[in-house]
Amino acid sequence: MTRTVSLITLAFFISVPLWLKDPYLLNALITTGIFIIGAMSMNLLLGFTGQLSLGHIAFFGIGAYVSALTSLGYDVPIYGDFHIVHTPWPPIAGFALAVVISGFCGYLVGKLSFRVRGAYFVIVTISFAEVVRLVALNWVELTQGPLALTNIPSITIGLPYLGYLTLKTKLQNYYLVLAVAAVSYFLISRLVHSHYGRAMRGLMENETLAVSVGIDVTKALTLTAVISAAIAGAAGSLYAHYIRIIDPEVFAFISTVTMVIMVVSGGKGSLAGPVVGGVIFGLLPVLLRPIMAPEAQWITYGLVLIAILFVLPRGIVPALAPKLGFGRPQIRPKPVVMTERTAEEHA
Amino acid sequence: MDQLLQHVVNMLVLGGTYALLGIGLTLIFGIMNVVNFTHGILYTFGAYMMFIVVHQLGLNFFLALPVAIVAGWLLGAAIEITLLRPLRGADIDTTMLVMIGAWIAMQSGALWIWGGVAKSIDNPFPEAPLVIGPVSVSWLRLFVLFAAALLIVIAYSLINLTKLGKAMRATFQDSDTAALMGVNVSWIYTSTFAIGSSLAAAAGALLGPVYVVFPQMGDLAAVKAFAIVILGGLGNITGAVIGGFILALAEELGAGYVSSGYRDAMGFLIIIAVLVFKPTGLFARAERVG
Repeated sequence: MTRTVSLITLAFFISVPLWLKDPYLLNALITTGIFIIGAMSMNLLLGFTGQLSLGHIAFFGIGAYVSALTSLGYDVPIYGDFHIVHTPWPPIAGFALAVVISGFCGYLVGKLSFRVRGAYFVIVTISFAEVVRLVALNWVELTQGPLALTNIPSITIGLPYLGYLTLKTKLQNYYLVLAVAAVSYFLISRLVHSHYGRAMRGLMENETLAVSVGIDVTKALTLTAVISAAIAGAAGSLYAHYIRIIDPEVFAFISTVTMVIMVVSGGKGSLAGPVVGGVIFGLLPVLLRPIMAPEAQWITYGLVLIAILFVLPRGIVPALAPKLGFGRPQIRPKPVVMTERTAEEHA
Repeated sequence: MDQLLQHVVNMLVLGGTYALLGIGLTLIFGIMNVVNFTHGILYTFGAYMMFIVVHQLGLNFFLALPVAIVAGWLLGAAIEITLLRPLRGADIDTTMLVMIGAWIAMQSGALWIWGGVAKSIDNPFPEAPLVIGPVSVSWLRLFVLFAAALLIVIAYSLINLTKLGKAMRATFQDSDTAALMGVNVSWIYTSTFAIGSSLAAAAGALLGPVYVVFPQMGDLAAVKAFAIVILGGLGNITGAVIGGFILALAEELGAGYVSSGYRDAMGFLIIIAVLVFKPTGLFARAERVG
């Protein structure tokens, strides 16, 4: 049932450019799509392990900068006459490096910050993101600081029969983002239904119990953080090559908040949640723009977030899915039954 | 050496207001277990109250500070009653996200009302700084230091000497038992939030004239307040005061001897280091984290 719904949704998104010709709306869809990928990666941590990473934009921004710098090249003095020089590589290599390096940062942050939980974890992740932002702002030789990295090349991919294709138009970028989003969705779905996924949910529901049956909590959390950060890095790379200019504002805290809003409103812990929440909150500014001043839009944004938390605290998808008839997997993850067998799987 | 002395003087001025911010947040975080993202906006609000009273109403500079504190108290109480009271018993993530929503809405509101252009507030103090040997400090900063010290003493006595303070401390230790002993826990929460907010507004009102006033000024202040709270230990007033001065010292030394661009990174580095090496804070008694 859910698989059918997923495929219908995918088919719908594939069909969108066929009937939607407005370039402004297509642009809004592309940036929304990029943020939905980020929101899906955040949902992996927040919805399935219960860890709220309010520094998630750091991985997105690191992905954007790594990808941009790889494809632009740089010449950075390190000490005295010693320089690190890098000649430009194709953007697709930047994309791959963005995924790897963001994932590695996820590993480091996970190693450091999973010693603490709850509010403290939130604050460590915010601090990490702010430190990275300040480095991007101040390490001018590498990042150009507030002057921004400009002229970032578009992604070129090699396709069978078509040869090399540089993705410059909105239409091409739309399908690129859609493809990455679909792959990320599939990966996350496989992961949360694997035995690691059960370990993650087990420790979210009752960490003490999970530990007592032999789940390696730090390992499960770190693995989740790595994958989550890698996907966020991929989204950041797409952003850099689509917008083609990045400055330290990509690390803005408000972008993390946007992702949180997408996840929480759609329904954390539901695979479809970030997509539903993302489409609503990604396109809300487009709808509000003609009728409201920008400040009023943000006020509405904040108030809608509060309203959703008051009215639908578990999110839209978990609240509506049973009424529409497809309940099971989207609602909440099945309660984890801790048996000796599941424990052995993780031992 | 002279430079170091100057840094210490600057540290005292900055540390006093940081301590105010920290006390406010540690009360709210410690007693109510709410990760208060509106703390920064209350700081901004205090600074704008100062601006309104001095420039738009044309009243006395010294009158503006109490007005800002009372206004902060009222706004804090209003936030608590409308947003947090209905969410009693909700998990910490939900209240945190509601606070984020309130923060976005209020910050955009400030941007809407007052615009994004930074405003400066005139002060009645002489331009020429007070020079003592190698150290110079402006009269305004000296006033900020003394006002902050006075407010710290008031907050400290309020919490340690009054009946309300006793009830707050009891609620912090065990809210159920406090309720059984006849403490109206719900009103304690409202008072705590209002007092914490008024302290944040006071910090903003004091630093507003020193720097400039703009809608996003509270963002960094909020994270610094979190750094101070973590440094000092949750709910620990003395820890928050010491933490405020340590953060100010780290920033002064970081800006003076490393690079002024990384001044604001100090708070974050402190947060990361403390949580990694001593997650209960530097001055905490045994307290479970998480």
